Amino acid sequence: MTETLLKVEHLQTEFRTEGGVVKAVDDVTFEIKQGETFALVGESGCGKSVTALSIMRLIPNPPGEITGGSIEFDGENLLDLSDSDMRDLRGSKIGMIFQEPMSSLNPVLTIESQLAEPLKIHMNLSSKAANDRAQELIDMVGIPDSKTRLRQYPHELSGGQRQRIMIAMAMSCTPRLLIADEATTALDVTIQAQILDLMQDVTEQSGASLLIITHNLGIVARYADRVAVMYAGKLREVSDAPSMYANPLHPYTVGLLRSVPRLDSDKGTPLAPIAGEIPDLTNLPDGCAFNPRCKWAVDRCSNESPELSEISPTTQVACFEHSSVTLHA
Amino acid sequence: MSTATTAPADSTTILDARGLKVYFPVKRGLIIQRTVGVVKAVDGVDLQIKRGDTLGLVGESGSGKTTLGRAILRLSEASGGSITYEGEDILTLRGAQMRNLKQKIGMVFQDPYGSLNPRMTAGNIVAEPMQIHKIFDNRSDIRDRVMELFDTVGLNRSMATRYPHEFSGGQRQRIGIARALASGPSLLICDEPVSALDVSIQAQIISLFDRLKEEQNLTYLFIAHDLSVVRHVSDRVAVMYLGKIVEQGDADAIYRDPQHPYTKALLSAVPIPDPVVESKRERVVLKGDMPSPLNPPKGCVFSTRCPVAEERCFNETPQPRPYSDGRQIACHKVDG
Repeated sequence: MTETLLKVEHLQTEFRTEGGVVKAVDDVTFEIKQGETFALVGESGCGKSVTALSIMRLIPNPPGEITGGSIEFDGENLLDLSDSDMRDLRGSKIGMIFQEPMSSLNPVLTIESQLAEPLKIHMNLSSKAANDRAQELIDMVGIPDSKTRLRQYPHELSGGQRQRIMIAMAMSCTPRLLIADEATTALDVTIQAQILDLMQDVTEQSGASLLIITHNLGIVARYADRVAVMYAGKLREVSDAPSMYANPLHPYTVGLLRSVPRLDSDKGTPLAPIAGEIPDLTNLPDGCAFNPRCKWAVDRCSNESPELSEISPTTQVACFEHSSVTLHA
Repeated sequence: MSTATTAPADSTTILDARGLKVYFPVKRGLIIQRTVGVVKAVDGVDLQIKRGDTLGLVGESGSGKTTLGRAILRLSEASGGSITYEGEDILTLRGAQMRNLKQKIGMVFQDPYGSLNPRMTAGNIVAEPMQIHKIFDNRSDIRDRVMELFDTVGLNRSMATRYPHEFSGGQRQRIGIARALASGPSLLICDEPVSALDVSIQAQIISLFDRLKEEQNLTYLFIAHDLSVVRHVSDRVAVMYLGKIVEQGDADAIYRDPQHPYTKALLSAVPIPDPVVESKRERVVLKGDMPSPLNPPKGCVFSTRCPVAEERCFNETPQPRPYSDGRQIACHKVDG
């Protein structure tokens, strides 16, 4: 059995808003093993990005706050670390890539100085050594003409190249975990494939784990070993990827799978959209938050909220009716 | 040149663009502006849409697909070529004739936030095209028709007095669709109509498009970068790259057996939500980025990234040629 790298237990992250307290992440528990690719999927507002930011302890406070649970990474609880210890860990042991490479890069610094910065801070390299390493990193992420590129500024690069720079930066101190939060959403599909392949290659080579946060079920199918489905702040299903696609157990997972048009299906294959809208987090329905949109809902679902419980050693689901849920109705 | 190679349009053709060009000048200088270059956003495109068909126009950002859609409504002025709609030359229309055309062609935009006037109620937004085109004589007829349209697109009638900010993204897109339908168009140009929406909401809107097409005998030009969505809605598909259509024809044929190297790469880049299928797929991963449209490559526009390019591809621009199943393919390496 491979070792667990990250163990999130009963994580609770709340935001104070004018409409009341929003539980953006509500009792979330999952673990990521060493070297595996784990995907967190869900629609906008479900709490997947807040989960990632909580792991990095980057929740803006106020209005946000981690109010409970633990995040064990490599044997220590990140929530117990001092701010300065956490700063040391970010960028060295955990790297993160965001959706907007342009807003994550500093527009007035050259690529070289931005790539060299974490190396100088976390690895105590001299300027010369850091700059040499920066060039190696640029070569590693497949940007041609590295010497010229190092002296350029972010606006001189294309979106795909900027995202390659972000990967180079995130991988520069050989982190144990790389978090990619919708890292390819803003990119064209051919570039998206390049970037995801690159992320998979670099993490495989260094033995790092990869946490992919996405709304795209195709990306999950192509890259993930295991997957967690999130809806309205809670995990609804956690499973290994092949079994989740073959035999989804939560009605929301079924709804998502039946909502996406597939490249390989025949024209006119009817879609089965999930009825209704994504609920407002300040005003969630009672019981299971998915019950107003659920085809399998029974009386109990509007009163009680189901806990995530183990169905098999690899699968957990939070649904009272999971035994009657099927992909093809 | 390219017009000679395509078959003449038959009577069922509703929209026919030939050798269409849309060029944008690139200007430099603050006070004394001079033209330093030209972006060929659409460069010699032939496109036919049959009545009742859905033509999916796909391509990556910067390929010119949006500009092509806008040129049909003359929201971007064409620099050359012709567009005829139901036999009428669009590019020479003026004033009232142009208004008349806009009654027959509706448009649905990507951004349901930016495309609705925030100071108008949903009901007025939908009523406005009917007032502009003077479709009804009195206000109660307009109101009745607005209510009907609300029913058609699946909005609650009581929502007509609300303002756009009170709606969710999916509902706003429904308002946008109702407005596009208000003047009773026969062609709808849909520019990325679902790409700003969440997966579960996206499926609702796609199903609405499916239903409207059946109920109202609509013809769609469906512009999107999401190839899976285009697969679902399209009868025919045109693939654009850097201002040119590289492959065009029957959607089933293209998806089952893409011929142009770019179409192959594009389709293989799209992940399929099924790990079993994914693990068995053969993939073509393209190197590099799309070149700048300011400085397109000589010869074939795709030659810089093409895995099978040979010498002539870098010098000669391939013209669209008919393939055995009737598709048009612009590639030196594909034989009919």
